[in-house]
Amino acid sequence: MTPAADPLLDVEGLCTRFFTKAGVVKAVQDVSFSVRRGEVLGLVGESGSGKSMTGYSIMGLIDPPGRVVAGRILFDGRELSSLSPEAMRRLRGNRIAMIFQDPMMTLNPVLRIDAQMVETIRAHGRVSHSAALERSREALVKVGIPSPDERLKGYPHQFSGGMRQRVAIAIALLNEPALIIADEPTTALDVTIQGQILFEMQKLSRETGAALIWITHDLSVIAGLADRICVMYAGRIVEEGTTADVLTAPRHPYTRGLLDSVPANTPPRERLRQIPGMTPSLLEIGPGCAFRSRCSRAQDDCEHDPEMRPYGAVGQAIRCFHPLEAP
Amino acid sequence: MSHIPSEALSESPLAPAGALPLVELRGVSKRFVKALDSSMRIANLFGAGMREEIVRAVDHVDLGIHAREVVGLVGESGCGKSTLGRLAVGLLSLSAGERLWQGKPLGSLAPAAAREQQLKMQMIFQDPYAALNPRMRVVDIVGEAPVVHGLITTRQQVEYVGLQLNRVGLDPTLMRRFPHQFSGGQRARIGIARSLAVKPEFLVCDESVAALDVSIQAQVLNLFMDLQSALSLTYLFISHDLGVVQHISDRVVIMYLGRVVESGPTAELFAAPNHPYTQALLAEIGRVEPRKRVFVPIKGEIPSPLAPPSGCHFHPRCPYAMAKCKDVAPPLDEIAPGRWSACYLNDVALQ
Repeated sequence: MTPAADPLLDVEGLCTRFFTKAGVVKAVQDVSFSVRRGEVLGLVGESGSGKSMTGYSIMGLIDPPGRVVAGRILFDGRELSSLSPEAMRRLRGNRIAMIFQDPMMTLNPVLRIDAQMVETIRAHGRVSHSAALERSREALVKVGIPSPDERLKGYPHQFSGGMRQRVAIAIALLNEPALIIADEPTTALDVTIQGQILFEMQKLSRETGAALIWITHDLSVIAGLADRICVMYAGRIVEEGTTADVLTAPRHPYTRGLLDSVPANTPPRERLRQIPGMTPSLLEIGPGCAFRSRCSRAQDDCEHDPEMRPYGAVGQAIRCFHPLEAP
Repeated sequence: MSHIPSEALSESPLAPAGALPLVELRGVSKRFVKALDSSMRIANLFGAGMREEIVRAVDHVDLGIHAREVVGLVGESGCGKSTLGRLAVGLLSLSAGERLWQGKPLGSLAPAAAREQQLKMQMIFQDPYAALNPRMRVVDIVGEAPVVHGLITTRQQVEYVGLQLNRVGLDPTLMRRFPHQFSGGQRARIGIARSLAVKPEFLVCDESVAALDVSIQAQVLNLFMDLQSALSLTYLFISHDLGVVQHISDRVVIMYLGRVVESGPTAELFAAPNHPYTQALLAEIGRVEPRKRVFVPIKGEIPSPLAPPSGCHFHPRCPYAMAKCKDVAPPLDEIAPGRWSACYLNDVALQ
């Protein structure tokens, strides 16, 4: 469990924009972070914060009218944006895998599970059909699917939501990726099933030593799972640090507001300390701190763009001119 | 209240003793039957032996809700919590059982009286995107029902809707807009304003904050709490989110596959869950504590409501299941004042 010093993934200054008829949507703006081998990074934000688009940008899955307009994505020492589409295709589903919120985005409804799994293995290496089938079976066992031989011959519609997500995870794990990007994989599931999936993911990331980027809006999921957290707001990372620091001693007013909004943090029947207003439209975002209209600490200088400023221990940073005091 | 015999009061096991509940469901069930089509009936003539498919979405549930009480109804998908909410508000007909309002059965009301009665119970739906007619302006969405039911005249509509929108924290100048011009949180507020426009006393909130972001969810939860104290409302708050239910409810009812497995005052139930299913459910409750936690899942899946397990529906997943759990469903017994649980383990503990 001692991660190597050099990061597996190093993202710097990533900007992704969508050039729509209504205007330019700045979905991801100047996002920088890194993930080490064996590390679990939580990417937290509300809808429209750009957390999923950050994941899609790393995977090279941004379709027109969207485009990655700036930034550097170093994966295992290689610059991803300089790769040809063919080289990128060889990487995807092999060294980097993604798990989506809706498993039906991964699964083909008209193909049997075994066909889809064997295809994933053989697309990335010269493996005999029977060996690939055996590896598929093992992957299903690994994610806790009972009677895998029978289930391999099934179609996706014969699986429950939780089982489908397990199959999607098994497919992501088939080629032993070094990096897994999980985009809200438990959001659509019931609590008891969510617990099962989190249990499997935690076990797998320990066993395989793969780095994991867990994208979610649910702070309670990330609290028990992640080593480090990046909080995103309106396309930017506003706070970064260890899970303990971000959740117990947040410095950015937005992170504080987000934590106060969780009912469990306030005594029952008491009013929650809500954040006023709503998330700004990414179309209308001008210069300056995007949170300033909802922020109680905002002052005149917030009309300028705050930079990500490191503080305290290594790896902690906030994007705010008037941060909360350290406790 | 003197005309109500004392037995009738003790017959509503899920309500605190002593007072007459505002809304009461007695032994209600809802069955959804998929009838045989003609080809299946013909196949049966040749001995195919096809049967009607029956889902017992709600199976003999008793529930009493007192005035100004917030009851949280919790369960996973397919447990019948939404169906029970729709039964309570009268959107679905009962397959069995009885609905009462302040002790009077609702089934026997004359049509005109039933129509008036219905106004006192309203529902707020889960999806603020689907629950609003996209081709109606907010002024009509909120103002139509009060006009139809004669609470206000058409001329008063604009002023009345303005008041309603103000109350839920929306700018009345936006009332000429269409639903698509609002954000998710604003749409949730429109849905709430529409329900409150007919001056209900009892509201069923079916996953009303589930589709919202955390910061917006906090705003809407605050609105629910403010409105409850301002208007003396009674809520049946349906949710799968235990954190939300723990925060807003006075009493919690836990459902599993169509049956109530446990109920009790919120603080007591969360402090010491009795039923193994409740215990498992509460173990999964999201805590924002930065502790590397070991996720210990309950085994197995939620069974299909088409073919629920025999006896106690939870027995295939229960770590403490005994032989008799497979045969006969345990009754919902009072294990402490106001605390009810359906589990044989309590009998064992007593012996």
